[in-house]
Amino acid sequence: MNSVNTTITSEVTQPDEVAVPVQESRPTETIIEEGKTVGSPYSDDPKFKLRDVEVFYGDSPAIKKISLDIGRNEVIAFIGPSGCGKSTFLRCLNRMNDSIDICRVKGSLKLDDHDIYDPKRDVVELRARVGMVFQKPNPFPKSIYDNVAYGPRIHGLANRKSDLDEIVENSLRKAGLWEEVKDRLDANATGMSGGQQQRLCIARAIAVSPEVVLMDEPCSALDPIATAKVEELIAELSASYTIVIVTHSMQQAARVSHRTAYFHLGHLVEVNETNKVFTSPEHDLTESYITGRFG
Amino acid sequence: MPTKTDDVYGDHISHKFNDELMELKTEFLKMGGMVEAQLERAIEALVDGDGYAADEIRANDKKVDQMEIEIDEEATLIIARRQPTARDLRLVISVIKMVADLERVGDEAKKIAKLTINLSEEGQAPRGYVEVRHIGSHVLTLLHDALDAFARLDSEQALRIMKEDKRVDEEYQAAARTLLTFMMEDTRNISRCMSVMWVLRALERVGDHACNIAENVIFMVKGEDVRHTPVEEAEKVVGR
Repeated sequence: MNSVNTTITSEVTQPDEVAVPVQESRPTETIIEEGKTVGSPYSDDPKFKLRDVEVFYGDSPAIKKISLDIGRNEVIAFIGPSGCGKSTFLRCLNRMNDSIDICRVKGSLKLDDHDIYDPKRDVVELRARVGMVFQKPNPFPKSIYDNVAYGPRIHGLANRKSDLDEIVENSLRKAGLWEEVKDRLDANATGMSGGQQQRLCIARAIAVSPEVVLMDEPCSALDPIATAKVEELIAELSASYTIVIVTHSMQQAARVSHRTAYFHLGHLVEVNETNKVFTSPEHDLTESYITGRFG
Repeated sequence: MPTKTDDVYGDHISHKFNDELMELKTEFLKMGGMVEAQLERAIEALVDGDGYAADEIRANDKKVDQMEIEIDEEATLIIARRQPTARDLRLVISVIKMVADLERVGDEAKKIAKLTINLSEEGQAPRGYVEVRHIGSHVLTLLHDALDAFARLDSEQALRIMKEDKRVDEEYQAAARTLLTFMMEDTRNISRCMSVMWVLRALERVGDHACNIAENVIFMVKGEDVRHTPVEEAEKVVGR
């Protein structure tokens, strides 16, 4: 399917119930063309340079020729209805899709001008640079300390116990968790609240000094207070990391991101400054989705 | 007969949300109609020297004020409940601002009614009423057209109103000069002429409020703010 037509009614009802046709109101883009994205998908200082990316599960295409730059220290939000491909696309960025046998990725995906899908590439090193936080907090059934120390240990980032202690403390501080857990670092992480567990996962992700943090609906299992803390954290982390967040919460995308990308049926329909997307999007489909007209 | 869902604000998944936005729009137009009627009657009462009608207009202004509060409340609840975005957000924000304009038009009508009472008590032959009639009918049309542009989301009509308001300003200047001549002719005219001058000033303000409403309609339709920009700029936005 190369194009999808949408019809948005262009008639309004007058108070006396007489319909009068009005001029076409903006936005005027109504059609998806393969490989065409409205707005500003490119960046002057890209961390990721992604061109004509296609992803297939078996024979069926999940991502259709998407081109996008993700800027350095940018927070970009991926939004779109379920099954639109945003998580699939996110998982290409640190090759998490490799674990799915039937999944094939085509196109050019570059991190700092180096091919992510180069067969010679060390995937463990890639994932250390491009960390990930998942929808459900998934701490290891170990102590809080060991959860954070796990990555630095296997990557050999600390030679002495004191170095490791420092990394653990710094990571927990950055994740806004230190004050809450400093007296019980030996306690099992599974005993923490959901919000704490998620922030622990973020601490674990940043303990290996990544350059990019991918977040796949990081707050969907959290209460509003824990969500606010994670969002606060995203704002702080954006000073030193590039963050890509997939979210179903439109308000969250509006609050935390600099740019927002709207996905629809495997297409990247629109990428624009977040402020623009939520006040006057360019594409009709974006508008329909964010205003709750379908999804 | 079109149903509610023909409206561009009426096709959300949540029918309740559709209803809330439709209600907001309808209430705004109802308030618009009320204010239009107030202004029309105020001009008539002045020209006819009808003190009774003027009293009624002053009393009715409370209803207009009450509507302003109710619509604001409704808009606040929509923001709290729905966190509207894009065109829905622009509708709610614009209504909040335009309601203030309508309320001010209501106040101008009340002001004219008050001046009517003063003038009818003096009971002299009217001077400057030709100008009042002329500018009055001009701004009434502008206000009506602005509300119509809102109802139909017609940004081109809104642009015409912005241009037309400039003409009202010119007419006001000319009328003020005429009244000044009357005052210079005979100083006994000064008090009456000043009252008529206030009426003209009120009408000129109504034109400004109609223009504000028109600017908001362009914002609703085009997503771009054309306040405090030259008309040529607004023209480009509407042409897009």
